Amino acid sequence: MSPAAGKTEPYHKTRYKGGGGMWSWILHRGTGLMVLGFLFLHILDTSLIGFGKHHYDTFVNIYKTAWFRPLEVLLIGAVIYHSMNGLRVILVDFWDRGVRYERQLSVAVNVVSLVMFVPSAFIMLKPIF
Amino acid sequence: MATVQDVYERHFPSGISPSSWEVWSWFFMRISGLLLVFLVLGHLAIMHVFGGGVERVNFDFVAARWHGIFWRSYDWLLLALALLHGSSGTRTVIHDYVHRDGWRVLAKATLYVATFVFLSVGTLVIVTFDPATLAH
Repeated sequence: MSPAAGKTEPYHKTRYKGGGGMWSWILHRGTGLMVLGFLFLHILDTSLIGFGKHHYDTFVNIYKTAWFRPLEVLLIGAVIYHSMNGLRVILVDFWDRGVRYERQLSVAVNVVSLVMFVPSAFIMLKPIF
Repeated sequence: MATVQDVYERHFPSGISPSSWEVWSWFFMRISGLLLVFLVLGHLAIMHVFGGGVERVNFDFVAARWHGIFWRSYDWLLLALALLHGSSGTRTVIHDYVHRDGWRVLAKATLYVATFVFLSVGTLVIVTFDPATLAH
């Protein structure tokens, strides 16, 4: 079937129908877009430092309120998962046996992510309780 | 030894002949991703988790941190790689979901302009920061 005029077919027409691969793909995309969204905000807040001490400190104080802490924890979780799952993607692409151990690698991603995330979240949330 | 093109085609074997630009942006995602794992996790550990986290971050903290060339370079590398990696990833998302040529061009143009503007602003801030003239 040829694509309709003015439309371009997606690169790869694979569709996940459930399973672990689908979830790690969705999470990888979601966390990636979320972290990029924060990066844009973070470049703007850091640029306030070029306007002087008062402007920067006033804005950064908003980040230090208890309301923001859960969002900060969510951000750290997104970065950790995206990093560990990204390493899995690299291994599957470049390591000869990456595909064979795909399931074990997925389990390792989840375990290592949690091992990194839980203590970090604890350290970050402790001051607000 | 397998070339980058070989490894790429092993994962996209459906008869698509990718332009070398596609192969290199795919390869860039892996290389920048690998570097970013260390840069970002280091950044998070220092700024968000250990030593008091974001609580102690203020103008004076940044001024002390950016006193030397090392952390300015670290932060700039993190800025550039994260922005280009994120931009490249978003480009893939646009390719997957925006099928109309006009909208796709608009979406990608917006993405590229935003990436350029934010990279410029970020670079300007890191390079020109001078605490002596701003500490008021």
